[in-house]
Amino acid sequence: MTREVLRVEKVGKAYRDYSSEWSRFANWFGFKSQSRHEKWVLRDISFSVREGEAIGIVGENGAGKSSLLKIITGTSRASEGAVTYFGRIAAILELGMGFNPDLTGRQNVYHSSGLMGFSRQDVDGVIAAIEDFAEIGPYFDEPVRTYSSGMAMRVAFSVATAFRPEVLIIDEALSVGDTYFQHKSFARIREFQKAGTTLLIVSHDKAAVQALCTRAILLEHGRVIRDGEPEAIMDYYNALIADKENNKIRTEVKADGRTQTISGTGEVQVSSIALYNGAGEPVEFVAVGQPLHLRVKVSAQVAVPHLVLGYMIKDRTGQQVYGTNTFHTKQVVSDIKCGESIEFLVDFPANLGPGHYSISTALVSTDTHLVNNYEWRDLALTFSVTNLDKPGFVGLAWIPPTIKVLRA
Amino acid sequence: MNQMLLALWRYRHFMISAIKADLRTRFNRSKLGASWMILQPLAQVAIYAIVLSSLLAARLPAGKGAHLSYAVYLIAGMVPWSLFAEVVSRSLTMFVDNAGLMKKIAFPRICIPVITLGGALVNHALLLMATLLIILITNHPVTWLILWVPVLTMALLVFAAALGLVLGVINVFVRDVGQVMNVVLQLWFWMTPIVYVADVLPEQFQRVVAFNPVAPVIQGYQNVLLFQQMPPFVRLGLLLVGSLVFLGLALYMFRKAAPELVDVL
Repeated sequence: MTREVLRVEKVGKAYRDYSSEWSRFANWFGFKSQSRHEKWVLRDISFSVREGEAIGIVGENGAGKSSLLKIITGTSRASEGAVTYFGRIAAILELGMGFNPDLTGRQNVYHSSGLMGFSRQDVDGVIAAIEDFAEIGPYFDEPVRTYSSGMAMRVAFSVATAFRPEVLIIDEALSVGDTYFQHKSFARIREFQKAGTTLLIVSHDKAAVQALCTRAILLEHGRVIRDGEPEAIMDYYNALIADKENNKIRTEVKADGRTQTISGTGEVQVSSIALYNGAGEPVEFVAVGQPLHLRVKVSAQVAVPHLVLGYMIKDRTGQQVYGTNTFHTKQVVSDIKCGESIEFLVDFPANLGPGHYSISTALVSTDTHLVNNYEWRDLALTFSVTNLDKPGFVGLAWIPPTIKVLRA
Repeated sequence: MNQMLLALWRYRHFMISAIKADLRTRFNRSKLGASWMILQPLAQVAIYAIVLSSLLAARLPAGKGAHLSYAVYLIAGMVPWSLFAEVVSRSLTMFVDNAGLMKKIAFPRICIPVITLGGALVNHALLLMATLLIILITNHPVTWLILWVPVLTMALLVFAAALGLVLGVINVFVRDVGQVMNVVLQLWFWMTPIVYVADVLPEQFQRVVAFNPVAPVIQGYQNVLLFQQMPPFVRLGLLLVGSLVFLGLALYMFRKAAPELVDVL
């Protein structure tokens, strides 16, 4: 078992309102005043984080993610409970927050490192590396007010990650400038992760959470409602943000240990789903490039005006590989009668890389499940792709090339 | 307490660089740069000297070079006053001004008041040097009594820091404090014997001045820089003891208030 680096125990946060500011002041000096409103934004949050884990903290706006992060980074204090760390915590929250526009990039590096508690000597040792990583050339010695926002971000990210912390907290702000630098910063984060840094990532970006995280924590109304494997949590979160009324969420552990999430009103349901090869035989193991045939049978429990079927192929980690729906293909079914059964036949080639895949289905009324979610079924079907007869390749997609080699 | 000092020591580099950055920001792009720190109070002294010495000449010590002495008297009082006024008025807004930083970055909050004090102190040191220069130029003697200046400054700084800290914290919750204090500082200035000599006041006002905590320091400056006298020890001692107690209370209040500051900012 790896070392514990962060422990959050029964943390709660309340914002207090006093009937008058005088009672607030009196409170500091030990006079307990009765008349105060407490608004709890976090309650009873407990979890423990181990070395090398990557944890995604997800939840809707107002679920308490930012408040929790503030408490973990130490900018705000918990009203109850305790946060204990064993190592240094660094946060990439608002990049460039401590920058002074009149100082040069170099001076700001010293300045904001000081803000993180580093001494001049510490920074002297890494200043060259920071300058290299930021790649902003001679601008490094110009005042920051002359920078473009992208340049300021580059310097800020370079400073924030100049020293490898035990725990790195990353807010949504990770979309740092241009694509080139984004890749570079992601590479650095992965490098830290390999070296044992624990990541705490707050994001709405499903793909980012699933790509980086080994575990996810779902917050709702200031409480932890799910804590576990990212794919299952993200599926649950996805179900949670669906049409709130009459929305029931069901989770089930499948035979292979993965958690299936089914949500929705249940007005229309998938009654059977199966995958066939070109010869019409049911398949579970598929060869790269092989033509496939997906058959989805649905039945309406009540009459509904419109019906759209969406399906999505996801890889082992839950990354979306391909998805579409009959709204996009302009095949919306209208006036479905109670008890009616409809079959959808989907043909597509398995242009996928070798690996395990799953198919999720969605039965909705428009192109999003946020309006009328009849049923959303994750892990409706799983299959594996193997490379039988194609030249070797890596990646999620099979994009067959024609390569010409010209020699002079 | 120990923790506070330890935190300050760890963040000394940041505080030094923040003070430097602050000075740089204030005088960036001005042709005369940091000399404005000295020129501004001196210009004020010049205005008072010209206006008051010509209007109120009769009330001031007469004789050859009297208006020059009056100028030195003015400077001797104005220099510590401007330190006091700067610390108080900047402390008022220090938490509000640094709201963004406090909300986003975890660093010891006590750094903020220390940076405010540091900046004011640098300002004060420069002004003091200019003052000494003026004293020499105007043929007034500079004696060993000048060694009292750091002691006087220290006493004033403790009082100003305590007052500033309390007001700065309260101003976060009740913003009216900032507005009120600007007026109060003006009034306070005129209740302190800076442009006039305490003796010329009517008796009831003299009593008010006796309770003015800034007055002993101002008087001390005037004594050691111009009159070649000892500072008023008893009142100064009382001020220092009182201020230390006040500062203790202010720090206690700050510790209690610190977690709520961020919530409200």
